[in-house]
Amino acid sequence: MTAEEDISFYGSRGRHKGVLSWILSTDHKRIGLLYLTSIFGFFFVAVIFGVLMRLELIAPGRTIMSAQTYNAVFTLHGVIMIFLFIIPGIPASLGNFILPLQIGAKDVAFPRINLMSWWFYISGGTAVLVSLFTGSGPPDTGWTFYVPYSIRTGTNVTLAVFGVFLLGVSSTLTGLNFVTTVHRLRAPGMKWFRMPLFIWSLYATGWVQILATPVLAITLLLLIAERLFGFGFFDPSKGGDPLLFEHLFWIYSHPAVYIMILPAMGAVTEIIPVFARRTIFGYKAIAFSSLAIAAAGYLVWGHHMFTSGMSDISKAVFSFLTFIVAIPSGIKVFNWVASLYKGSIELRSPLLYTVSFIFLFSIGGLTGLVNGALATNIYVHGTYFIVAHFHYTMFGGTAFAFFAALHYWFPKITGRMYREAPAKNALLVLFTGFNILYFPMFILGIEGMPRRYYDYLPQFHRDHLISTIGSWILVAGLIMMFYNLIRSVFKGDTAGDNPWGGSTLEWTTSSPPPHENFKEVPVVTGGPYKFR
Amino acid sequence: MNNENIIGHKTDYEGAKIGMWIFLFTEMVLFSGLFLLYSAYRSRYPEEFHSAASELNRFMGTFNTVILLTSSLTMALSINSIRTGRKGMSLLLQSLTSFMGLIFLVNKYIEWSAKISHGIYPDSPGLMKYGKGEIIFYGLYYLLTGIHGLHVLAGIVLIAVMIVLTNKDRVSSGRFVALENTGLYWHFVDIIWVFLFPLFYLIS
Repeated sequence: MTAEEDISFYGSRGRHKGVLSWILSTDHKRIGLLYLTSIFGFFFVAVIFGVLMRLELIAPGRTIMSAQTYNAVFTLHGVIMIFLFIIPGIPASLGNFILPLQIGAKDVAFPRINLMSWWFYISGGTAVLVSLFTGSGPPDTGWTFYVPYSIRTGTNVTLAVFGVFLLGVSSTLTGLNFVTTVHRLRAPGMKWFRMPLFIWSLYATGWVQILATPVLAITLLLLIAERLFGFGFFDPSKGGDPLLFEHLFWIYSHPAVYIMILPAMGAVTEIIPVFARRTIFGYKAIAFSSLAIAAAGYLVWGHHMFTSGMSDISKAVFSFLTFIVAIPSGIKVFNWVASLYKGSIELRSPLLYTVSFIFLFSIGGLTGLVNGALATNIYVHGTYFIVAHFHYTMFGGTAFAFFAALHYWFPKITGRMYREAPAKNALLVLFTGFNILYFPMFILGIEGMPRRYYDYLPQFHRDHLISTIGSWILVAGLIMMFYNLIRSVFKGDTAGDNPWGGSTLEWTTSSPPPHENFKEVPVVTGGPYKFR
Repeated sequence: MNNENIIGHKTDYEGAKIGMWIFLFTEMVLFSGLFLLYSAYRSRYPEEFHSAASELNRFMGTFNTVILLTSSLTMALSINSIRTGRKGMSLLLQSLTSFMGLIFLVNKYIEWSAKISHGIYPDSPGLMKYGKGEIIFYGLYYLLTGIHGLHVLAGIVLIAVMIVLTNKDRVSSGRFVALENTGLYWHFVDIIWVFLFPLFYLIS
């Protein structure tokens, strides 16, 4: 009995053997790792597309690909990064692994639905990739699939859109699962305000996934129906209105921005108290700001459409509500910084990644206000300024927090420790490359370089060149980071159960955790951050 | 409430219900995207919506509404029967429910084919002669009743699965949450129809 309980979840494979013991497992930890590996697999495909785009833009005119190929490449870069990497990113991989551990549960509420959602994810991802190589060419609409072009283009849009539909189903099911889990499976004594803040952010994310993703599903179904049957809902000659597509699309896709960023915010909220050896500043403010972001994020979709044609009153309302979202985001940033104040800070790599996140996300967030203000929006709309803004929030924000969380929970997941110095060096290269790659885009945008363009005027050459060089440095940083992590999976030193001295429940069980997480059901008697 | 953890998630009745209700939320949001399209276009083309609606067969619509509402009743009664341990009665009522679902679909088929035989279907040359509002109205009619029809079909399949499970005693007086959730789904499909019926048949 005890011998059986002592082995980690890597050892207890359940009913199946080999690969099947992974892809048919209902253990949340195995599913989390399935997600983690597949998400980073897709991430690297999209990184390659990104590098190819930058390479094309290194000089004006044609460099390595035709304009049509370029359109396909930026479309697939966007679709894969958004729907296959950033949206499922933290919640489906680390969230799946950590959520039951942090609330002291044996698994999520619906383990089989959890596995099913991974299957939806992998089928959707496969459909998107297959759309590249089949039919009459890869989709070339941009990740937003705007009508009327997405209805008229002869490329393989239907299959790609169907793939994204499946990804939406996967995301919805994950949200449903997490919300139910948080409601039903908290350990005895784990009251709402004793939950770690990562759980609060996953809970808020879960609700956004539940209430926003079905709108994407129906929008994509409408697009497919439009391409197959020609209903005419978005075709003015048949009485339709293309603007309605934009509305429906952004009713999902703006809340989706918060599906991307909320879990990232939650993850860094876990890391800061542990490495500052101080309890989090403003626990309830952070918990409620997650819910506030989720709620307010629902009402701001119109700010993507300021130049699309809308009444002035709607524009003003959408702009005002957009500024409202900055308040809970600001609350979080100030609370993180306040938590560091007078702490006994240990500058280990998870904290360094976190601090980079705060810096880059703040730039991304503040330039968001430039986009949200009506007057400046007209000026920068559809330029590289937007491209720079969302890469600072999504890559500098979500992805850097993802890397921070990966370094933080790595010893829990694998039972081993990575080498500290290469992790820090990789961050330095990543951070440098990131800023060289994306900061010139702010300047390009203000100077008037439109996004998604294949060619440009000679005056933009210098900044494009700098940006492309930055992309090489960034990729070098990514390779260094992943090499260090992957090597440590096999060769790292044994980490011990609680290498960081964390005080949340996942650190009370062994590393890696046993099959049903805890030998005894933990009983919670206090808040999550038992530091000074 | 937190003590459920000790019992384990596999027997969590409340959890299963919460999950189902959340799933129904997502379904509702899915349909609300379509209702949004409907309201936007109806406010743009009020007269044409009214005249197009008068061409739908109101008798068939009413008949289908009665069928679905009755099937909701038999569904609820079947859950009541299983609770009180009357397995045979529950099986009969479940079969009746799915049978009425089938009748609903057959009626829909008859309605659609009547319209299609008159040349009215999306992107048809016949429909394109109509006004813009009418084109949109019929587009919405086919799309919403079509997606609703798919949900009815899914409901029938679910009930069929429940009939098998009840027969094998995997749904019983001690463990009927699966049947209850199927019932919730069926009522949801019913309620969507209760909104579709006036929006398409009764606005003329």
